[in-house]
Amino acid sequence: MMTALQLAQTGAGATFLQTLVKALALGSVYVLIALGFVIVFKATQVLNFAAGAIAMAGAMFMSILISDGGIPLLPFDNPLAPAEGEAASIPMWGVHVLIALVFAALFGLVLERVAIRPMVGQPLFAMAVVTLGIEVAVRPFNLDATALESRNLGVPWKAETWELAGAIVPKSYVAAVVLAAIGSTAVLLFFRSRLGVAMRAVAFDQEAAMAQGINVGRVFAIAWGLGAALAALGAITYGMAPFPPGGNVSQEIHPILAFRVLPVIVLGGLDSIAGAIVGGVMIASAEIFAGQYLSQYNDTLGSGYSTIVPYLVMLVVLVVRPFGIFGTPEIRRV
Amino acid sequence: MAFNRPMLRTSYQEDTAIFPTYFQKGAASLFFVVLILLGLGAPIVSSIPSFFLGSTWINPITNMLPLAIAALGINILVGVTGQVSLGHAFFMGVGAYTAVALGGNGDEWQACVPFHQELGLLEQEGQCGLGLPIWIWLPFSGIGAALAGIIVAPAAVKVRGLYLAIVTVGLVFIGLHLGRMLPSIAGDFESGRKWPKLDFRLWKEETPLVSFTEDGKWFGLIHLTEEQKQYFLLIMILGAFMLFAKNLVRSRTGRALQAIRDRDIAAEVMGVPEFNYKRLGFAISSFYAGIGGALWASYNGRMAPVNWSLFLSVDFIAILLIGGAGTVAGTILGTIFVELTPEVVKTFTEWLGEQTASNGPVAWLANILLTEGSGDFGPISTGTVALGWPMSVFYWNLVIYGVLIIAFLIFEPMGLYGIWVKVRNYWKRWPFSY
Repeated sequence: MMTALQLAQTGAGATFLQTLVKALALGSVYVLIALGFVIVFKATQVLNFAAGAIAMAGAMFMSILISDGGIPLLPFDNPLAPAEGEAASIPMWGVHVLIALVFAALFGLVLERVAIRPMVGQPLFAMAVVTLGIEVAVRPFNLDATALESRNLGVPWKAETWELAGAIVPKSYVAAVVLAAIGSTAVLLFFRSRLGVAMRAVAFDQEAAMAQGINVGRVFAIAWGLGAALAALGAITYGMAPFPPGGNVSQEIHPILAFRVLPVIVLGGLDSIAGAIVGGVMIASAEIFAGQYLSQYNDTLGSGYSTIVPYLVMLVVLVVRPFGIFGTPEIRRV
Repeated sequence: MAFNRPMLRTSYQEDTAIFPTYFQKGAASLFFVVLILLGLGAPIVSSIPSFFLGSTWINPITNMLPLAIAALGINILVGVTGQVSLGHAFFMGVGAYTAVALGGNGDEWQACVPFHQELGLLEQEGQCGLGLPIWIWLPFSGIGAALAGIIVAPAAVKVRGLYLAIVTVGLVFIGLHLGRMLPSIAGDFESGRKWPKLDFRLWKEETPLVSFTEDGKWFGLIHLTEEQKQYFLLIMILGAFMLFAKNLVRSRTGRALQAIRDRDIAAEVMGVPEFNYKRLGFAISSFYAGIGGALWASYNGRMAPVNWSLFLSVDFIAILLIGGAGTVAGTILGTIFVELTPEVVKTFTEWLGEQTASNGPVAWLANILLTEGSGDFGPISTGTVALGWPMSVFYWNLVIYGVLIIAFLIFEPMGLYGIWVKVRNYWKRWPFSY
């Protein structure tokens, strides 16, 4: 009797621990993409609806590099690609991630130069719609040109797990948390650097920043490059962790990944780094815990109900606090 | 005479007239006549759309008409009231599913029996709808969507600008989940269900009073095909909604909505209750969306929940920005442009595909652009819609569409209507430039 109760308790505890780790892993993905949104919004006042397409392009590029061993249509092979049928070693895999991030950053730079720079000074909504246009234009290349339903990311630790107090903890979850920690530390350090201070100045007052000799155009470009790289890192992290796609870039989930992060930045506030981190973990926890502990009501709520939990949380938060938890309230002058 | 000088009106009546100038009166009458001639398939007039859209040109044009109604709705919300919404697809879906719940009957389910048998849906009660006639389900689809708008309004009025856009994005995803949750109304998530037809019945009788889905004589007067009948029906409904949209802007309500768009605090100071009018804006816009959604689904016959996705909402924002926000004429122009460009591109590609055998520059262009099979570097695949690098016309259309949105916003923020205003002013001021 006693042992049965204890077993049940350890079972519940292990389930909780497992759910918590999963929530943290998903939270890491959300934090990374949300940081991309926030950096772009802080520097350029643009809500980047194209983040999803950019992120998926980055992840797709990495998967082409690592599992196709080269770029299609170009006569050049990837000398770093692992041998056929073998997984890359962890440092090699890291190098591929870096290459993909550089690609995403370059892509972000080009988009900023071509589509966003000419729009400076236009209404915020017009800028947001330009990014929607980018999303629409890039998405077919992500979905169609690469031909496969889902593409492998060549994750070195595949689906291996550790066991911790009876709970099964996949290595990918831990790696996701580590990547997010690296990413957010890098962002925080960046804002302490000379360039980061310049970006904060631009966010505060563009004209005053210009008068101090800050090259606002360069700040815009760097914000977009950084935002794109962070979004791509988020997409790779999502593909790596065994969430539904399972080590792949998925045609179904990756395109809407950035839209799933919108509640995070609303909750945290569009212009708050701390908000992105706290909001990411909170929203992911709400999603994962609801998915775990309400699963007995699956028939009533409909399968996949956990994916709309973030939107419901967002609606409630916005009614109570229209500018998020950490966001700057907009002062309306007559 | 006022119409000699741009934008100078001498009386209030003149300023609020639907067609203030003789040119506009003439152009509108001509457009009306052309629309009727198009519907009747008059030889010279209909050669224009058939050149651009191929021989089945009436189908894309009719398909565009319900979307134009929905676009007028988002123009009232975004263009007139100034509330940026990406949730229009959600309200269209609400209208469409209200229509199917009221108007659907058992026949619609038979067409997809294998799917629904597999899902265990055929045994459920009330899945088929009540089988009511169109004069009940069409108004109620609008009213249902308007109610949804009124329910959402308190949350939406609290937030402004980009935050409102994000909230309405959330609405679309919640709507998609509802579509997955309620297969007894929506059918299978991927394949969907069928909608009631456009036939007009007094009640549930066998033969409809006015048939819109069979070729035949209308009122014993004129022989029309099924497509032509639906074209005329939808044109009439669209005309009524255009008139209402135009009159709304000329009324006290419309002026209040515009005041909120221009400066919400100033509007409140002048005695315009902000919350009430924003809610009204949401309600009217959703009413249009509901009617448009119901007619669109009914015209197409079969719809899946995935159709009411964020990209449908983006379509409407694009229509508004490409056409010119805030004007009825601009909205209609935008709908024509956005909905028909993909069809024109498709027709062009098909024509190009026929030219590969000939000689000269056209064949050279065709050989560069098109790919049959694999190994060729042409970016457009002419084969069946398959995934893979030479992308099919369908995907290239999406790319063109995205680029068009960007290009219009960068080069012509006022849209097609803005181009027209520029041309008109140049013409009227000639030979002076200002």
